Amino acid sequence: MKIVVTVKQVPDPNSNLTLEADNTLSREKEVVLDPGDECGVEEALQLKEAHGGEVILVSMGPERAKDAIRKGLSMGADRGILITDPQLAGADALLTARALAAAIKAEGPDLVICGTESYDGSTGMVPPMLAELLGAPQVSFAKKVEVDGSNLKVHRQTADGYQVVEVATPALITVTAAIAEPRYASLKGIMAARSKEIKQLALGDLGIERGEAAETIEGLAEAETRKSGVVIEFDGTAIDRIMAVLAEAKVI
Amino acid sequence: MDFDLTSEQQAIRDTCRDFAREVVAPAAEELDRESKFGYDVVRQMGELGLFGLPFSEEYGGAGGDFLSLCLAIEEISRADTGVGITLEAAVCLGASPIHDFGTKEQKERWLPDLLAGRNLWAFGLTEPEAGSDAGATKTRAEIRDGSWVINGSKQFITNCGTDISAGVTVTAVTGKPNGGRPEISAIMIPTGTHGYHVLESYRKLGWHSSDTHPLSFEDCVVPRENLLGVEGGGYRQFLHTLMGGRIAIAALSVGLAQACLDASLAYAKERRTFGVAISKHQAVQFKLADMAMETELARTMVYRAAVTYMRSGAETTDEARMLAAMCKLYASEASKRAADQAVQIHGGYGFMEDYPVARYWRDVKINEIGEGTSEVQRMLIARLLGC
Repeated sequence: MKIVVTVKQVPDPNSNLTLEADNTLSREKEVVLDPGDECGVEEALQLKEAHGGEVILVSMGPERAKDAIRKGLSMGADRGILITDPQLAGADALLTARALAAAIKAEGPDLVICGTESYDGSTGMVPPMLAELLGAPQVSFAKKVEVDGSNLKVHRQTADGYQVVEVATPALITVTAAIAEPRYASLKGIMAARSKEIKQLALGDLGIERGEAAETIEGLAEAETRKSGVVIEFDGTAIDRIMAVLAEAKVI
Repeated sequence: MDFDLTSEQQAIRDTCRDFAREVVAPAAEELDRESKFGYDVVRQMGELGLFGLPFSEEYGGAGGDFLSLCLAIEEISRADTGVGITLEAAVCLGASPIHDFGTKEQKERWLPDLLAGRNLWAFGLTEPEAGSDAGATKTRAEIRDGSWVINGSKQFITNCGTDISAGVTVTAVTGKPNGGRPEISAIMIPTGTHGYHVLESYRKLGWHSSDTHPLSFEDCVVPRENLLGVEGGGYRQFLHTLMGGRIAIAALSVGLAQACLDASLAYAKERRTFGVAISKHQAVQFKLADMAMETELARTMVYRAAVTYMRSGAETTDEARMLAAMCKLYASEASKRAADQAVQIHGGYGFMEDYPVARYWRDVKINEIGEGTSEVQRMLIARLLGC
């Protein structure tokens, strides 16, 4: 099975995030492979270990995004593709999806694995757009994937349980963190990643142009802060009042 | 002049740092309190590839360099120096001599399991009456009916008594002192060999999670081909290997010094006296500044010694020897000062085992003793100065 995993380099979740003047996220801080993508890479590696095949990482970003690809290669992925072009700076979801689709189409994978949403942008729009552009069915929120010939049985997380969805390959799935615990890159893997290929592509190589932006950021507002709770002091009626609150919340 | 680590060295350091924080650190307190060897931690270290880090891929190594090993030892020791010494001894003292001097058969038989961390190999040099003065070795090995027969004892031997200890390489007198120095050779003795006794483990001041025993040999017989390296090559042939061990102990010391700084800085920002965090008091700030400076100096020295050692190859240059002695001496003493000040910053709590700095303080003393005491390092430096 040929599997493509889309990976993104994002600011370290352990650092404080700041915004630039144009309301985009500052990327000066230490950057890492998106933790959500690590789960996708792990799932791809497990599928490869069980069924054979190849795992290819595809990323879009500045040249240093190679480090994020290299991290996935250290975990065991076979090779990487980095789409990098000054014209792609500040790309919106649609342009990102178009660029990724062009690079992925050339590979002709059986399965494309994406995170549900990126840690930094969190739009969650790239995977469905990508599926559409690839002409492949999309199954979102996958927490488990079983391979059955050329079909996949995907356990899809929902608010009150999970659905089992069958889908024919080639397909695209978005995965939740529940799908697989990412492995440590072994030290052998880190050394081996040195000699793995990372192909670099510019917009011209993909035969696409930047075009008009489909979305722009108009403005930002602070999220509403959570209201503080109610303090019930012990005065003899406290237990009844707590029970009433719990009953109202329908937890008892 | 370039002080930057390569991207592989950075990746190895970062991976080891995460691993140490998530796997080694949570187990450290219990292993110390119960004086238990961390089998589960060591197994996971093996899976990560730590025991094969600086060795060639041929026998299952990762193909990393010696500086990468130092980075790994620093990060692991930052979480638990007892586990750090388990790694250092297994790689620098156990596997390295077999890798560097073993025959093809010896390497094929032992290295795959050692480099994967499934087994540990020990190195027995120190004796009750031969420590710094290793030439005074009393353990004897002689050929009888075509086999080596070993008699004697060794002490303070790391990694020899665990469930996964596969054997020990011992130095023994194999030739009559003909007026001159005795001829010393190294012989490999697998665990379970008749006459090879691993005695009860020591009760140590620190490094409680490491495995340390005295050994005795009573008419212990091993095949003639268990000789490691050249007969009469003794520990002279291992001087290069042991020099690496010295730099690795310095890396371990840096890890512990960093742990002292980490704990002290966090505590000083939290603990308040006279209405402010104690990190706002100059008396505490100066201690923290000194700890940070000395830790960084020691780290820089370790990197430089490691790179010089790597470049010197099998030839032991005077420069490499000098830097190895200096970094071991400086890093071990800097870590001792750091642990001392860490306890002082914690005040009464620092004397309580509820805080990790009490363990650091117990663990640190051996840094000035193991793999050449501070006195021996000063002696070596003075000798290289031409004294």
